Amino acid sequence: MTTGTATGTATGTAPVLEVRDLEVRFGDVPVVRGVGYTVEPGEVLGVVGESGAGKSVASLAVMGLLPRHAKVSGSVLLHGRELLGAPEKELAAVRGDTMSMIFQDPLSALTPVYRVGDQLAEAVRVHQRVSRERAAERAVELLDLVGIPNPRQRARAFPHEFSGGMRQRAMIAMAIANDPDVIICDEPTTALDVTIQAQVLEVLKSARRETGAAIVLITHDLGVVAGIADRVLVMYAGRGVEAGTVRDVYHRSRMPYTIGLLGSVPRLDAGRDVPLVPIDGSPPSAAALPPGCPFEPRCPMAIPACARAEPPLAEVAPGHSAACVRSGEIGEPRPVPPEDVPTAAAGAYPGVPPPRPREGRAVVLEVDGLVKHHPLTKGAVFRRRVGTVHAVDGVSFDIREGETLGLVGESGCGKTTALMEILELARPERGRVVVFGRDTAALTPHDRLAVRRHLQVVFQDPLASLDPRMTVHDIVGEPLVTHGYTDTGPRVRRLLRLVGLEPAHAARYPQDFSGGQRQRIAVARALALEPKLIVLDEPVSALDVSIQAGVINLLAGLADRLGLSYLFVAHDLAVVRHIAHRVAVMYLGRIAEIGGADQVYGAPMHPYTQALLSAVPIPDPDKERRRRRILLDGDLPSPADPPSGCRFRTRCPKFKVLTDAQRVRCVEEEPAVRPLEGDHGASCHYAEKLGVV
Amino acid sequence: MAGFLLRRLVNYAVLIAVATSLAYILAALALDPRSNYEGRSPRPPAAVIDAQLSLYNLNDHTPLIQRYLRWAGDVARGDLGRTWNGDRVDAELRRRLGVTARLILLGLVIGGVAGVLIGALAAVRQYGWFDRLSTVTAFLVLAIPTVVLANMLIIAAVWLNDHLGVQVFLVSGEETPGLEGGVGADVLDRVKHLALPTLSLAVGQIAVYSRYQRNMMLDVMDADFVRTAMAKGLRRRTALVKHALRTALIPAVTYFAFTFGSLLVGATITESVFGWHGMGEELVASIRSNDVNMVAAISCFAALAVLTASLASDVLQAVLDPRVRVG
Amino acid sequence: MMTLPEEEFAEVAADVGHGRVPSRTRVVAGRFFATGQGRLGFALLALMFLLAFAGPLLYPWSYTEMDFSAFMQPPSPAHWFGTLQTGSDVFAVTMRGAQKSLIVGLLVAVVSTGVAAAVGSVAGYFLGWTDRTLMWVADLLLVLPAFLILAIMSPLLAGGRWLLFVIMLALFLWMVTSKIVRGMTKAIKEREYVKAARFMGVPPAKIIYRHVIPNLASLLVVDATLNVSAAILTETTLSYFGFGIQPPDVSLGGLIADGSRTALYAPWTFWFAAGGLVVTILAVNLVGDSLRDALDPGGRGSA
Repeated sequence: MTTGTATGTATGTAPVLEVRDLEVRFGDVPVVRGVGYTVEPGEVLGVVGESGAGKSVASLAVMGLLPRHAKVSGSVLLHGRELLGAPEKELAAVRGDTMSMIFQDPLSALTPVYRVGDQLAEAVRVHQRVSRERAAERAVELLDLVGIPNPRQRARAFPHEFSGGMRQRAMIAMAIANDPDVIICDEPTTALDVTIQAQVLEVLKSARRETGAAIVLITHDLGVVAGIADRVLVMYAGRGVEAGTVRDVYHRSRMPYTIGLLGSVPRLDAGRDVPLVPIDGSPPSAAALPPGCPFEPRCPMAIPACARAEPPLAEVAPGHSAACVRSGEIGEPRPVPPEDVPTAAAGAYPGVPPPRPREGRAVVLEVDGLVKHHPLTKGAVFRRRVGTVHAVDGVSFDIREGETLGLVGESGCGKTTALMEILELARPERGRVVVFGRDTAALTPHDRLAVRRHLQVVFQDPLASLDPRMTVHDIVGEPLVTHGYTDTGPRVRRLLRLVGLEPAHAARYPQDFSGGQRQRIAVARALALEPKLIVLDEPVSALDVSIQAGVINLLAGLADRLGLSYLFVAHDLAVVRHIAHRVAVMYLGRIAEIGGADQVYGAPMHPYTQALLSAVPIPDPDKERRRRRILLDGDLPSPADPPSGCRFRTRCPKFKVLTDAQRVRCVEEEPAVRPLEGDHGASCHYAEKLGVV
Repeated sequence: MAGFLLRRLVNYAVLIAVATSLAYILAALALDPRSNYEGRSPRPPAAVIDAQLSLYNLNDHTPLIQRYLRWAGDVARGDLGRTWNGDRVDAELRRRLGVTARLILLGLVIGGVAGVLIGALAAVRQYGWFDRLSTVTAFLVLAIPTVVLANMLIIAAVWLNDHLGVQVFLVSGEETPGLEGGVGADVLDRVKHLALPTLSLAVGQIAVYSRYQRNMMLDVMDADFVRTAMAKGLRRRTALVKHALRTALIPAVTYFAFTFGSLLVGATITESVFGWHGMGEELVASIRSNDVNMVAAISCFAALAVLTASLASDVLQAVLDPRVRVG
Repeated sequence: MMTLPEEEFAEVAADVGHGRVPSRTRVVAGRFFATGQGRLGFALLALMFLLAFAGPLLYPWSYTEMDFSAFMQPPSPAHWFGTLQTGSDVFAVTMRGAQKSLIVGLLVAVVSTGVAAAVGSVAGYFLGWTDRTLMWVADLLLVLPAFLILAIMSPLLAGGRWLLFVIMLALFLWMVTSKIVRGMTKAIKEREYVKAARFMGVPPAKIIYRHVIPNLASLLVVDATLNVSAAILTETTLSYFGFGIQPPDVSLGGLIADGSRTALYAPWTFWFAAGGLVVTILAVNLVGDSLRDALDPGGRGSA
């Protein structure tokens, strides 16, 4: 097998970490097939790829943390010393000391039964001969260093008492406890909300400044890499397919996979009219790789030679290598010309007439002052109520015919609760929900069934939303049967075709499909009764980038062709940018800002929207590094005890610069959404426009 | 918190009351204490029998509701009534509870500790020879019902004693009555009596605990936090003991409390086969002797033991696991 | 009103049904028989059934007959497993006992698992008062000493009313499973496919029947298997103390109780009955464990 190495551009300094020809097999399945890279002191290497590309396994192999049945070969040199095959004693001495690691999910990565401070102190005492007291003291210092407020007190807390962002800070503290030379970060911000991600990336940057450590940052997020990495290694099907400086890889990509990936990722700086370019098919399974280039079956530029042999990762320009036989032809810097790549479904359809003005269209969903509180219970064994969660606390919006409203916000903002309240079609706790002109409070069971016919839903996890024990035919036909249809066969086949699936696959089970195909099945089921309004709950967030684009395009295309209305709930602002006509931003159970997508993204007026948008990374190193990031302080306050007045004031950057006299209003008066320009409104007493994208 | 506990305790009290009442009514309907007297020779006169039965509230000629109310009133005052021949039920129960506790404590502790160790070791070397051996053994042991196991042990012990010509194991009772020879001989005698019943209890417990602990351990061994511990620089063995085993012990400990509670009345077979006069044996004996009040008292105690044990295991879990600890 | 474009409504000629994936039952069966444990368990269980049900048909002695020319005789060609003090043939009575144990075990398992599934899923799906009431009943039965109640009721079972015995046994075996089912139903209710069904207007009873129960099937199958051995054990123990299957019928528990007294000088009176019981339980446990692995490919032990 041929391999290549992503060699550093800066010469002269000795690399801290050098990985060569790394291969990992689980049984007969090669998961990593010859990965190589070097990292120099203080350098950030981004390793990007979709799930299953082998990037996490490769990094665990470097740390020697793979389970025993994994077969690892190749070479891992830390300061020139071979780690592969080294005895456990030697490895243990290196781990956490010279080389440390930060994991993806900080909740499961901390031992639940020990205090955070003790776990930090343990890390210190493993490598340093210091007293118990000194180690405890050092733990507090470390927590302080990563920006945890009241570190002395928080050191005594258990991991489950920390928020996600705080846990990841604690993990970083643990990683830098012994002043390492290399920190391997495995998807360090994937489990976090975008504003918390921005905070944690900041902490990571300062950790690098403090320790001078090199960082290997493994992520699927092209935006994060664009902002922080010096060099990038793109992985596909267990090996590196392109490597080079971040600008070379992003602006002068030489590998069709990289080009495809960059073309399919939703961007904050491109609107609904710029269609995404999905990559056909899905990544190959490690157990059944094609004989030639693993990307060949999906590659729009494939030639017969591609299917014969796997090309090596070879240098195509100084410091820039790619594994493609046609990399020489892919010369010039460009975004991909769309005609190069066949599109499954383009966003805009020439045949569809431009929509009538908003005012002239019928309202399909109206939500007015919706409130949903639920009890907060504590203790798994001694369960009892300790308070009330104000999950949704007075939310109003409307959706008109043929319109997509994106409801966005971070976890805990109440967007999913709001959606469930609407779908229940019951009398809400307070406020009003009117669907197709009918108030849900007054619906009889018979009416409710009639309304359900026109109101359908698509959920986040396509596997969880399809009953694994039913065939695709039964799944897609279920709404038809429920609403009295008898001969469902032909209709199910038509629906499958409509969402781009083979009708012949109706007899299969959901587990026989890939993630993107499953979500298409869920969309087919939602379309079965020809609904007017579809509620989508994070419909693409469980999918890989290259698959996501296809589903977004499908949804956008269907909406345009069939005149559907969508309530599109998502946490990913870039995804929403690509599909929504209008956007509502939620914070702690209330709407912070609402308006046309172009207005909200282009000139946000609420300080929270501004911070949120500024925190979303853009997959373009030049743009990304020029942007000003608005960092928010701390975590989301508990929805059981929201701050008085404006709920955002405790973290608001604007609140900080107000005079005391102005602040009184924020503390005492809860701002309502007030229209500022047309139907663009924000719930801030001191709203003003600010471009952040 | 206090309100929550109170509600739970009230619910427990109701459960115990209903369960005990049900048991009393069933026993009063199905059992026939009169036959105990009628079977005597010479047969006492009917009037005498009636008087005796009425004295102990066992007369089936009294309407059931009346008997029940009298019994319930007594119980509410803390009097569990009389056995069919006039002994105090509570005194008898107390004596037998001591016997049972002495019997099961050692067996449970040995079973729990050995089982946890074996299970943890098996998990650490999953699919190794030790894991396979312990799995096969556990399967075999779990397939041998206590009835068979206890009798097998007795057969083996008698055979061994005969061959050696020395009484190594004693197979009946708690101690040899009227033994002389001071404290040392007394202790030895008790150990000889205790060995087999303890073994018969412990073997099953070891099998159960080792399977349980193995699964718990396997669950946490691949957990991210064990990987973190190793990424910190701990050796695998240290990480497994300090981080994995500590976390995986929580369910085993809580399960221990639960087993103890249910065995207080549940060691029927071991007690009967080895002739220990404990709670479990009395359970069988009281039914055979048509002892209505005793049956009801044992039901009451069993309910109490099960609920106390489940409460204790919850409390233990809260103490050991900060995630469920009361805040 | 929306209309789907014409070309999309054009009848698709593609034939549905081709390339059908292998059915789940076959996949599970394949995985079950792929392990030595599964094969062994199945073989042992089949052997016990064959012996218990076909054996007596081919064997000259019946369990009610007594050979007055052979009391307490060791195994011989005439009496394969020897005879008892009464002259009964040990093979005949042991097989009769095994028959009873297997039938009682299977029936109890089916009934108790059925009750557990119904109660657990209803409680877990509807929650609220339904849940509290049902779980209170389960708690009550858990708190009652089952052995004692069954023993008290034993006089009712005399005269071959063993079906009543089955119901009584099942009554005390469903609670723990129903609590597990309840917990899983609560989890499944939060699963998106159940929400999707609810939001498309499928009535609750249908959701339980069509989405909840089928997705608990693996748990229920495994649990039913394990309940077989629990039922056999309880039956044996009760019979051992004389509270279970009543004479003239025989059961393994009663045989073991009698045999243990004579085991030292007449081992055949104890060991055949005890061995039969151990093999039956071992077989059931092996089948249950292998089924669990076969039904849950992601689970442990299938790696």
